[in-house]
Amino acid sequence: MSENKKWYSLDLGLNKTKKSSGTCGCGNAEGSCSSTPKKEEELSPDEFYEAAINASIGEERHKDGFDQVFDVKMDRRSAFRKLTASLLIGAGAVSTSCSVTTGDKSKEKAQIDWEEQFKGNYKLMTDEEKQGTIERLMRSYELRTDKNISMTAENAAEDVLFGYAFNISKCQGYMNCVSACVEENNQDRNSEMQYIRIHEMKDGEGFKFDKADDNYYHEVPAEGHFYMGTQCFHCDNPPCVEVCPVQATWKEEDGLVVIDYDWCVGCRYCMAACPYDGRRFNWSKPEVPENEVNKNQHYLGNRMRKKGVMEKCTFCVQRTRKGKNPACVEACPTGARIFGNLLDPKSTIRWVLENKKVFRLKEDLGTEPKFWYFMD
Amino acid sequence: MGIFKVFKSLVIDSLDTITKGSAKYHLWMGFLTLVMLIGMYCYSIQLEEGLSATGMSDRVSWGLYISNFTFLVGVAAAAVMLVMPTYVLKDIDFKQAVLIGEGLAVAALIMCLAFVVADMGGPSVLWHMIPGIGVFNFPNSMLTWDVIVLNGYLFINISIPFYILFKHYQNKEAKKSVYVPGAILSVFWAVGIHLVTAFLYQGLQARPFWNNALLGPRFLASAFAAGPALIILVLAVIRTFTAFKIEDKTIKKIAMIVTVAAQINLIMLVSELFKEFYAPTHHSESAYYLFFGLHGKTALLPWIWTAIPINVLATIILTFNKFRNNLKVLYVCCGLLFVAIWIEKGFGLIVPGFIPGPYGKIVEYLPSGIEIGVTISIWALGAFVFTILAKTAIGIELGELRYKDKNAENV
Repeated sequence: MSENKKWYSLDLGLNKTKKSSGTCGCGNAEGSCSSTPKKEEELSPDEFYEAAINASIGEERHKDGFDQVFDVKMDRRSAFRKLTASLLIGAGAVSTSCSVTTGDKSKEKAQIDWEEQFKGNYKLMTDEEKQGTIERLMRSYELRTDKNISMTAENAAEDVLFGYAFNISKCQGYMNCVSACVEENNQDRNSEMQYIRIHEMKDGEGFKFDKADDNYYHEVPAEGHFYMGTQCFHCDNPPCVEVCPVQATWKEEDGLVVIDYDWCVGCRYCMAACPYDGRRFNWSKPEVPENEVNKNQHYLGNRMRKKGVMEKCTFCVQRTRKGKNPACVEACPTGARIFGNLLDPKSTIRWVLENKKVFRLKEDLGTEPKFWYFMD
Repeated sequence: MGIFKVFKSLVIDSLDTITKGSAKYHLWMGFLTLVMLIGMYCYSIQLEEGLSATGMSDRVSWGLYISNFTFLVGVAAAAVMLVMPTYVLKDIDFKQAVLIGEGLAVAALIMCLAFVVADMGGPSVLWHMIPGIGVFNFPNSMLTWDVIVLNGYLFINISIPFYILFKHYQNKEAKKSVYVPGAILSVFWAVGIHLVTAFLYQGLQARPFWNNALLGPRFLASAFAAGPALIILVLAVIRTFTAFKIEDKTIKKIAMIVTVAAQINLIMLVSELFKEFYAPTHHSESAYYLFFGLHGKTALLPWIWTAIPINVLATIILTFNKFRNNLKVLYVCCGLLFVAIWIEKGFGLIVPGFIPGPYGKIVEYLPSGIEIGVTISIWALGAFVFTILAKTAIGIELGELRYKDKNAENV
């Protein structure tokens, strides 16, 4: 589709909508307006559909290759498991013979811990395997705390591509989004980890991030200031995904850039590669008081993390895949935050992109963020 | 079967050699062991508490470990500077030094791997990186390239000297047709390991300080100055403490390599400084921070203003034949150069890459005590490994270690 381009450009997936509207009101996807309608006439619907899918997720289709890659990898992995199974039996025998008080529960816990330690990459799991791991994680939580959590492994829905818009004129710097995010996503309370940063900037100086204050404690809105929030932008061409040595982070079909916390080895290469300060690392064991834990969890989202792994904003995958807005959008008292499906022509986000003068940060880097800023 | 018997005898003999020595030798090894034990204690604290035990943070997410890793890749690559003249250019002088150089490369690579493991958040799941049972993101991630080239280089640098020593151990000549192709391969491979390591940083559009085309070549130049400088110092120590003969001619030739590499390194430094400061852009902020400090934050100034003058001074002194050929001056210069380049690669390259952060925030970095303890102990590990390798190699080369065929004795 973009044979003239030497660099990556975001396919907003406008072509992916099955019914094309004929008129094209998008003023944002560079160059696609003039070229797309012509192409539509040249291609048959089937070819066009194929080409559109290739353009948007083609690379993934080759890389993922569930059917080809998966079998081989799992075979070897299970071979590895079998090799270590004897070790397990040996270790188990030793522990039971040495310990008088080993109960069924601790045995079950050990079994779960073992299987969790040697499970595969979530990205390459079948749906049954995904189900298996979330059941183990839920059971493990129950065994440890006697409380139940609900965790899902919901996959991306079809014809969905999530996008975000931020109204700089409306934001007053209240930071309700920040606290809502922390509560929703079970972030470490000790280190006060926050995915969202609100930058307080001086009027008349423009977007001077280096002079902005992202750690203020005074009353807002402060006179002569305006506010601007940053978080993970869920780039369409994410540099963090490319650099991960173990594919522990990837872009889902609905555009969310996610991390398998259990697969991450903690090298922090993605952190160095992110131009937007979008990633966080668990420098110590993350802790959330039991009564503050959000128990509605998603494997890729707000489930409990461990020390030594990366995490980041997932656009609240546990909410958005159920059709709800992310916590930050819901918490914002000013309506500065807009979230929606970019592929739905009737969505608010599409209206904003088509009717406002939108821009993105550091566009020259070619990362194609799915996070736009605009002003009233 | 014969080979296994010889191998077994070699292992026993070398164990015998490395456990015997002068009082100084035992003191040295005991000291290294003590340092390693202290480091292991520090690492156990880091494992327990997580990487919060280090000075790193979300803003400066790589520190002393990755700095040392980067520097040591260069040291490892420098072994090639001895291999090339000996095997490819057929300059016989170097042959004695080559085994030492390759031993140094092996020790440096082991240190590299140790530093990477020390930097990992989850060392227990490192098997995720093993192709086959894990997922190896090749060729997309430069880190996977680095894993391949480093391990490949380690293999080459173990196998070539091992083959030669193994043959000499049995009183046989090593066959050139076997090891010369390997040596030639290692020449290219050495350039590869350092270039790939540079690409690790160079490929990040998020970090303008690293995202420049000169990074790779400059890595090579500084490595080929610091690595052979270390080799000269090591050869000097070996000359003093063992009967292993190393001619002045050899040392002077290596000194020539150090000098030329150091000169090229300075030229590149000038080019870099010109680009950053003649027409400064937003992207020059890291360089400003490094050399002059930014918004009153000046933690790196003492480091870089120590490194640059030392570097320039040592290079100028080495440039004059008269000084360079004076071994005492040469040793001092090599020591200075080694320290200067170590600072430049660590505090001068890795840390400022993160400062200022993506949105201009400046959070400074200072390594914690735990981090320093682990770092020193990994250096001690390297010295320990190298001492063992060198002692065995020297024993074989001097003819002290020889395979005694039992059948032959019976006759």
